[in-house]
Amino acid sequence: MAKRDAPDVNAGSMADIAFLLLIFFLVTTTIETDQGISRNLPPLEEDPPKVERNERNVFQVLISKDDELLVDNERMKLGNLKEAAIYFIDNGGGKGEKACQYCQGKGDPKSSDNPVKAIISIEHDRQTEYGVYIAVQNELVAAFNQLRNREAQRLYGQDYTAMVKTFKGPDLEDGSNAKEELKGKIKQIRKLYPLNLSEAETEKR
Amino acid sequence: MAHFKNKKKKELPAISTASLPDIVFMLLFFFMVATVMRDTTLKVENELPYADQVEKLQKKSLIMYIYAGTPSNRYRQTAGSEPRIQLNDKFARVSDVQPYILEEKSKKRPELRRKLITSLKMDDETNMGLVSDVKHELRKVEAYKINYTTKSGEASKNF
Repeated sequence: MAKRDAPDVNAGSMADIAFLLLIFFLVTTTIETDQGISRNLPPLEEDPPKVERNERNVFQVLISKDDELLVDNERMKLGNLKEAAIYFIDNGGGKGEKACQYCQGKGDPKSSDNPVKAIISIEHDRQTEYGVYIAVQNELVAAFNQLRNREAQRLYGQDYTAMVKTFKGPDLEDGSNAKEELKGKIKQIRKLYPLNLSEAETEKR
Repeated sequence: MAHFKNKKKKELPAISTASLPDIVFMLLFFFMVATVMRDTTLKVENELPYADQVEKLQKKSLIMYIYAGTPSNRYRQTAGSEPRIQLNDKFARVSDVQPYILEEKSKKRPELRRKLITSLKMDDETNMGLVSDVKHELRKVEAYKINYTTKSGEASKNF
């Protein structure tokens, strides 16, 4: 037989193969990003310094092992927590040096002096459910966000949460003037209503 | 076919599909690059709690994951029904958290190490005892930035 040339490989099915792979990767792709509540943990200290502070500047939230909420020793429903927290933080009952210029609270002498001094203390049991703890954290963050939004609207005409979103988003270049300016604004708002959370160490039993 | 047609009269030539593979390959490469395959198989139930005051985690490369929850059905025989921690593909004890974090840190470039965020993917029904143990371990290795990873929804659904 005469020597034949090698026949051309039919490339028509190449598209099918590529489609197959494409569909596989389409299905396995997860482009969703995680989201959640971000926190900074305090550094570990041998013996945490005991700060003398006024009883009325502490908002105590206790979550029992049966997932019940005790706020300043009174039972409360989760739905009321945000309101109670705002009432406490924004109270501004301080006089003279401690006075709060921007607060819109009632100035109740039994509640906090100034948002800067106000501390929210969260205590939980080892048996407490994680979901409930997150719900409480969420409500407290909501309270702060509401107050911070109000101040941001007053000072800069936009929401605090929107500002944080732009800051973290891809729109602004790192180190650019606009980004630095936004950072300064966010810091300013945070200074007005600092997130003073204290979490008591749960004892091992 | 084309030959046959050409003989008869000049019709519109068929659109060449020769470049179709190229287009498909281009798409393929895009998805291959964009794909983040789940590198861990979950061995624990991981029904995340709901929250609506959330921030998005942007850079996936800067996140370390810690999972916790009750072992899923298949592993209940060997791992028990109490909530456990899962690191990478294995069940772990609280004491394993420290070496895990240190290892993950050492994989990253030094200038990025401070920016690492630990994402706590804990099941809704985990008890806080385990969570605070993990947090205590994280503080020991100075991994202070954490994120309680949640689903978006109203917090009252957690009850």
